[in-house]
Amino acid sequence: MVEFGELLHSQFLWYALGAGLLVALASGPLGCFAVWRRMAYFGDTLAHSALLGVTLGFVLHIMPTLAVGATCCLLAILLVYLQRRQKLAVDTLLGILSHSMLALGIVTVSLFEIKVDLLSLLLGDLLAVGARDLALISITVLGILGLLYWLWEKLLAFTLHEELASVEGIPVERVRMALMLMLALLIAIAMKVVGVLLITALLIIPAATARRLSRTPEQMALLASLIGCLAVVFGLLASILWDTPAGPSIVLAAAVFFLSSQLRPVTAK
Amino acid sequence: MQGEIVTLIGPNGAGKTTLLRLLLGLTKPSTGAIWRRPGLRIGYMPQRLHIDNSMPMSVQRFLQLGQPGIKAAQAQTALDRVGAGQLLQASLANLSGGEMQRVLLARAASRKPQLLVLDEPTQGVDVGGQSELYQLIATLRDELNCGVLLVSHDLHLVMAATDRVLCLNQHICCHGHPEQVSRDPAYLELFGDKVAPYTHQHNHQHKLSGDIAGECTNNHCGAKSGGKNREQH
Repeated sequence: MVEFGELLHSQFLWYALGAGLLVALASGPLGCFAVWRRMAYFGDTLAHSALLGVTLGFVLHIMPTLAVGATCCLLAILLVYLQRRQKLAVDTLLGILSHSMLALGIVTVSLFEIKVDLLSLLLGDLLAVGARDLALISITVLGILGLLYWLWEKLLAFTLHEELASVEGIPVERVRMALMLMLALLIAIAMKVVGVLLITALLIIPAATARRLSRTPEQMALLASLIGCLAVVFGLLASILWDTPAGPSIVLAAAVFFLSSQLRPVTAK
Repeated sequence: MQGEIVTLIGPNGAGKTTLLRLLLGLTKPSTGAIWRRPGLRIGYMPQRLHIDNSMPMSVQRFLQLGQPGIKAAQAQTALDRVGAGQLLQASLANLSGGEMQRVLLARAASRKPQLLVLDEPTQGVDVGGQSELYQLIATLRDELNCGVLLVSHDLHLVMAATDRVLCLNQHICCHGHPEQVSRDPAYLELFGDKVAPYTHQHNHQHKLSGDIAGECTNNHCGAKSGGKNREQH
């Protein structure tokens, strides 16, 4: 416990906290859309392409987060395009893409003989967040939050009933693309925080926790952000106190919140 | 036509929904063209709206969604008009089939549409509610002075409130006015909703594919028919 006071003065802790809180802020409302639109598996698919992004970044000498962001965005565009013209069910399509991307990532890693720290890729490396990472995360999160605020009503109408929204003059295809790209970008920056294995958890759990406690979509989105932030704080604390990996600790903290929210008696709403 | 109620009828797979989607701009026509009055305001009532219970949304919020001009009082008025005034604060996910249809109708009407498009508006509504809903649609037409295009299976119910019937089976089989009698209020009062006087007039018969198999062998022929897949408002 003596070390704890010293830790508070160390920069990496504040970087980690800042990065975690920022990502949790954006993943609150986006997680709500993932829950409402049943897109949990979609997030997973994007995350599976992260390894490919990392290797591409290495080969092309780009910052890993940027390379992963670009890969995820490309995959999101491909998915939207394929969804429109494929006759296969969405989960089949996602299953094909996610595992092909993962396989492609692993093959390129061995082809280019790249040394990838798989564990930090899978589980995140929050305590290694640097100033550059933090800057990139801040810009991305601000962009996502701004876009969400601007498109909020359109996104809700689109989520409720795509055809009704389309008849009422909402550019449905553009809204869909915007949502997919926001998710892709979030996944790229969340990779550093919780790792590709646990990204879906960071999206889904706070939103699902918030559902029981809210009466409007806006409440649910804000609460999800808040719960995500609390999970980051508690997860990071646990990680420091007991020397546990930060990403999984954050997800566990979120899961505890979810379980306690389920204890609340069901009220008709 | 302004203020006219047009009903699309036809067997399953006749192309009713396809025609509706074309008119709404949800599907692009592979051939031909659709003329729409520039700036036409359409109120659309989809066949059903399934809302996932994971989204907390009240009826009021739903009516206001994407329509900043609609305040709480106007949402209440819109609901009152369709006889669902008590639902303002209800959760959208908990509505019954009939309640949901009324809420959807309220939303479509609250946009002050010039054309109201209804895709099987009485799906999941019990028989008593069905005729009520059709009467409501006719009243709304009078109040909004809008055209109404609806797809329906309930021939006997819908005819009473229809100005023109369009019978589809891959092409337009026939179209025309339901008999005058059916719209006579005295007649309606006497016989309630059990009116079915749209005399179905075909001058041809169908193969299963919907193609015309040949001249009609029945003796009720005489109505016009046409293959034009075009609708104007």
